[in-house]
Amino acid sequence: MSDFTSNFWSVYVAGISLLGILGCLVLLWFSGKAKAMTANDNTTGHVWDGDLREMNNPLPRWWVWLFIITVIFALAYLALYPGLGTYAGKFGWSAIGQYETEVAKGNKEVEPLYARFNSMKPEDVAGDPQAMAIGERLFMNNCSQCHGSDARGSKGFPNLSDKDWLHGGTPDKIVETLVKGRIGNMPPMAAAVGSSDDVRNVAHYVLSLSGSPHDSVKASLGKSKFGACAACHGVDGKGNQAIGAPNLTDDIWLHGWGENSIVAIINNGKVNQMPAQEGKLTESQIHVLASYVWSLSNKPGAVALK
Amino acid sequence: MDNLKPTPRKVIPITVMAGEQLQAASTTGEGESGSIYQAQKKIYPRSVTGFFSKWRWAMVFITQLVFYGLPWLEWGQRQAVLFDLEARRFYILGLVLYPQDFIYLSGILVISALGLFLFTAVAGRQWCGYACPQTVYTEIFLWLEKITEGDRSARLRLDASPMSVNKLTRKASKQFLWIALALWTGFTFVGYFTPIKELGVSFINASMGPWETFWVFFYGFATYGNAGYMREQVCKYMCPYARFQSAMFDKDTLIVTYDEARGEPRGSRSKKADPVALNLGSCIDCTLCVQVCPTGIDIRKGLQYECISCAACIDVCDTVMDKMNYPRGLIRYSTQNAVVQGWGKSQLLRRIFRPRVLVYTAILLAVTAALFISLALRSPFKVDVIRDRASLARIVSGGKIENVYRLQVMNATEATQQYRIAASGLPGLMLAPEGTFTVDATQARGVTVTLQLPYEAASPGSHEIHFEIESVNSPGRVIEKSVFLVPR
Repeated sequence: MSDFTSNFWSVYVAGISLLGILGCLVLLWFSGKAKAMTANDNTTGHVWDGDLREMNNPLPRWWVWLFIITVIFALAYLALYPGLGTYAGKFGWSAIGQYETEVAKGNKEVEPLYARFNSMKPEDVAGDPQAMAIGERLFMNNCSQCHGSDARGSKGFPNLSDKDWLHGGTPDKIVETLVKGRIGNMPPMAAAVGSSDDVRNVAHYVLSLSGSPHDSVKASLGKSKFGACAACHGVDGKGNQAIGAPNLTDDIWLHGWGENSIVAIINNGKVNQMPAQEGKLTESQIHVLASYVWSLSNKPGAVALK
Repeated sequence: MDNLKPTPRKVIPITVMAGEQLQAASTTGEGESGSIYQAQKKIYPRSVTGFFSKWRWAMVFITQLVFYGLPWLEWGQRQAVLFDLEARRFYILGLVLYPQDFIYLSGILVISALGLFLFTAVAGRQWCGYACPQTVYTEIFLWLEKITEGDRSARLRLDASPMSVNKLTRKASKQFLWIALALWTGFTFVGYFTPIKELGVSFINASMGPWETFWVFFYGFATYGNAGYMREQVCKYMCPYARFQSAMFDKDTLIVTYDEARGEPRGSRSKKADPVALNLGSCIDCTLCVQVCPTGIDIRKGLQYECISCAACIDVCDTVMDKMNYPRGLIRYSTQNAVVQGWGKSQLLRRIFRPRVLVYTAILLAVTAALFISLALRSPFKVDVIRDRASLARIVSGGKIENVYRLQVMNATEATQQYRIAASGLPGLMLAPEGTFTVDATQARGVTVTLQLPYEAASPGSHEIHFEIESVNSPGRVIEKSVFLVPR
């Protein structure tokens, strides 16, 4: 109710609710006093359309108790649960509170299940079928939205099932990526590289590093300009996992393959982000999940099907 | 525009009974000006024996043997009938049903409804009188009441008498029996949803879960309240079927009838007296038919909505007729037409084959056949194909386009199954990685499948493809449609 500046609406809503219940009680009391007139043939004596008579079919008296029970229920509910304006109710119940209780309860329930894996090395967890079944579900619920159900990624979203790692593929590094998230930052380098022809030549040189189709004349011209890139990607173009600079020699193109894509990246740069999962997943869950991700590229035929 | 002119309406005034008339009515004691709520008079039905009573008891035994017995039946390693709501698997003998099989429940409900229509059209409220749980439990509770408090007159006397040790003992033992049966009923009901043997252990140890506890006691309380106290009130005020059945009645529907032509004028007489000489009908006005009626009506007033067609009045009247040496059947199952036109049994039976009954029968048979055929042809597993939400399509090394799918495979057998996937619909379409996979017994599993297509093997856009999933070591094949997207 923080949306409102005064408590007028709160009082208004509470007032209407209570008046409504009071109205029901008044109606019940009134109907208990009311008398129905019946003639000797058990009709009310009213006749419509010549022969349509109104029979007296009284409601059973015990039915009134159902009405009274609803009134009692309504009052008890309003006293215990939020319903009367901003009054939070005796139980202090809230949807968020219930959600948090249930999550805490759920986590407590699965705690013993994870306890077994906590003391295991990630390499061993990756060999445990139960852990991998859990890992797969965690991946489906938390990772597949970007990396795909088969973990093979998409343009802009890294493939996790190959041996190419931007920030390192050891279990420790994967845990770090999961916990803290990652930001990959390629600054716009056009000014440092030189003219637009220079940029194009560098692009061809980059293509040549992985043996992709390229113009060898342009590539040899671009080689001298690659110095601007070498600071991060290394002189040999093999990248630097410490700062998340991709390896340019392995023919894996996260942001698109070919001359035009590379030119665009050099000109415009790129910031790519992996969100941190800390707080969203528990430590044990991250342990199992990291082992699962590690297993994708470290066990032959470990992709989904078995 | 002329035809829009309103035609003059006939006005009929509402006539209200004049004051003197009303007063006259109330002073004679027949008419009154009372509360708009009706206080209920407690009914003390007299116990009855006879042909129809035997049938009702037979139905009590059959229905309750099924209800109380079924959860204890074993099928292989598990309970034969178990509705596992938590795992959302429904076991009925050899069948394992998923929530996706809801159509079968709809089928059973349609069959039940049509069955009810058919029986009602032919024989009136036979369901109410013999098989309805309300009737059956009331019958059992009445029997418990009879063995503790005695029959109608004894109960009437007991209720009128002041509190005594005898009264307290009788009332307490009745309550004990009622509550025990009600609890057993609630326990059995929950036993359909949670394995009954484990439930029995936790019931004895008082360690049932909160929902199990709630339902055992709630269902038990409902049984106790409805069969012990509400009784005919349920039929009169709560049951919708009791009210809409009139739509299924016609003049050839079997109802409990009182042969007015033969019975009237009623009056008591000596057994030896000649009724013709006394100008009396066959009805000796013993009021036994009213005393045995579980809904407290007088059948001699004709068909009433309270009548549940239980035939207690027929049984008791037949015994009276026997004693009087009159022919049986003053009160009998008959139809309105038969009574009015004096039909015999064969004429009455011939009227069963009327269009309404034939139509109900035809639809009932068709739906029943459809249900069983569909159950027989049911595939032992189900597959849902969902396109991966992460990427529509992607280009991978080797000049290939990839689409990713999630296959939800639901194993509806009680053995681990191996399945093989194949995809077709586009030339050069390949499954990567190729393979088979297993799904545990009665479990569902999501399998990620990647399809690859050589670059430029298909035009840009959406292409229909089919997944074919085959069970490796048991029969069964499912074909599911999906699409393969080729980017521009």
